[in-house]
Amino acid sequence: MYAIPALSTRFVPVWRRHFLVWRKLAIPSILGNLGEPLIMLFGLGYGLGAVMGEQGGTSYFAFLAAGFVASSTMYAASFEALFSAFSRMHVQKTWEAIVNAPMTLDDVLLGEWMWATTKALAAGMCMLLVVALLGYATSPLALAAIPAAVLVALAFGGMGLAINAIANGYDFFSYYMTLVLTPMMMLSGVFFPVAQMPDVIQALARALPLYHGVQMVRSLLSGALPDHLLVHIAVLLGYAAAGFYLATVLTRRRLLL
Amino acid sequence: MSVALQARGLRKSYGEQEVVCGVDLDVAAGECFGLLGPNGAGKTTTLKLCLGLIDPDAGSARLLGHEVPAHAREARARIGVVPQFDSLDPDFTVAENLVVYGRYFGMRDAEIEARIAQLLEFAGLNGRAHSRIQTLSGGMKRRLTLARALVNDPQLLFMDEPTTGLDPQARHLIWERLRQLTNEGRTLILTTHFMEEAERLCQRLAIMDRGRIIASGSPRALISEHIESQVVEVHGPGSEEWMAQARALAPRVERAGETVFCYAEEAEPLLAGLRGRSELAYLHRPANLEDLFLKLTGRDLRD
Repeated sequence: MYAIPALSTRFVPVWRRHFLVWRKLAIPSILGNLGEPLIMLFGLGYGLGAVMGEQGGTSYFAFLAAGFVASSTMYAASFEALFSAFSRMHVQKTWEAIVNAPMTLDDVLLGEWMWATTKALAAGMCMLLVVALLGYATSPLALAAIPAAVLVALAFGGMGLAINAIANGYDFFSYYMTLVLTPMMMLSGVFFPVAQMPDVIQALARALPLYHGVQMVRSLLSGALPDHLLVHIAVLLGYAAAGFYLATVLTRRRLLL
Repeated sequence: MSVALQARGLRKSYGEQEVVCGVDLDVAAGECFGLLGPNGAGKTTTLKLCLGLIDPDAGSARLLGHEVPAHAREARARIGVVPQFDSLDPDFTVAENLVVYGRYFGMRDAEIEARIAQLLEFAGLNGRAHSRIQTLSGGMKRRLTLARALVNDPQLLFMDEPTTGLDPQARHLIWERLRQLTNEGRTLILTTHFMEEAERLCQRLAIMDRGRIIASGSPRALISEHIESQVVEVHGPGSEEWMAQARALAPRVERAGETVFCYAEEAEPLLAGLRGRSELAYLHRPANLEDLFLKLTGRDLRD
């Protein structure tokens, strides 16, 4: 029940199943991942950017774009680990079919986690590509934003799967989206620098995984190594590991008992 | 004869309610074994315990020689499962469903693809390899689920209500295929609440109610052991008054709604009493598994 999740390459067929579904629905999926953040980025970046002026030595557009690489990754990972995983677990009974084969729930969950990470990485990379095409990522260090996005995806994929394990329906996810993810987006320095907020809010922000993702990605895109790189990595890995462990325990409790 | 499944003292509770209360099962290799019971009797939970999908509170099971749930993975590699509810992948074609499922057994794509034609032939789905799941009828989906369960060429098949919700044509086709599978030497374990299905397919069966096995044996032996061999069903105006008369002619008389069921070894006295009573309609038939089932589990509705 509380055992550490068994990690093995048996998750690969689960990942391949999800990939095959995605391939069939790739175009609407990419448009969905990219459309909304791009509209927000251009609207806010140019509209608000005219009022905001420079932020931390870059244009507001570049500031916001870096934040959106991290937040798009967060949303894509969460969406996959919540709504899509719930469909497979509860509605389509896909997980049930898989564990009737010589597979375990741990294999299924690891497959879900890796898939959520993959999809989120793809969403983050789409944003990164846009940022690069617009000329806001010229340093080779910008490439390091890719592994940074992987960490963000792992953290939110793991947390999302834990929420999925206790969900009784799709509506349950609106609590998480509204009460957790949306405030986190506001507090994590996506839209405005955290440094201008009161100390207590800043302290709160530093406890949030998205904050560390945003700081890391923004610094890397501007061509500078983040000041607290190891802290960022440790916090995101901590959320990822704790989230996935919790997801495993809660899902076992839901389905194996 | 080798043993396909042996379960001893399986128990499982959910909250206050004990769903499986000390179940023993023995299934020999090559036989078709039926687990019968009304809704909520604990059949599906028992199957899941035997497959190692849920952990028992007490008891043990050996499946194809492997301790379950500790080594359930090794056992399930040689097992096929037809679950009660449709779990086909709606986004995939028929063939993709088989390929994706075969991969869970560690099979290579080429290996699975080599089996597809044969599996579709068996399932009566020739030419449907590239059909989308939404275009299949209920019977076709059920047959595809059966084909999917056979993708790893299993020794043993678990089927949870394989024909529930199917029309008679579709049901007969499934029955015919299941017989074919036993003829090939595979072991079948199925749950059902269709007595006709159990009677036709199973060499041995166990009747389960409220989490316990209340009777087991071959269908014929169970009927002759537990129940009178002849049944006369009577209905029509005056059937109530006839009931009093019937009590003298048959050892067991029961009423369900408008119908009186008379159970006896010798039906002639009952039939003689009914002749000439045109207001009463009656049917004389040999006792079947359904009569046994109703005797053992009662006539009350289960929800």
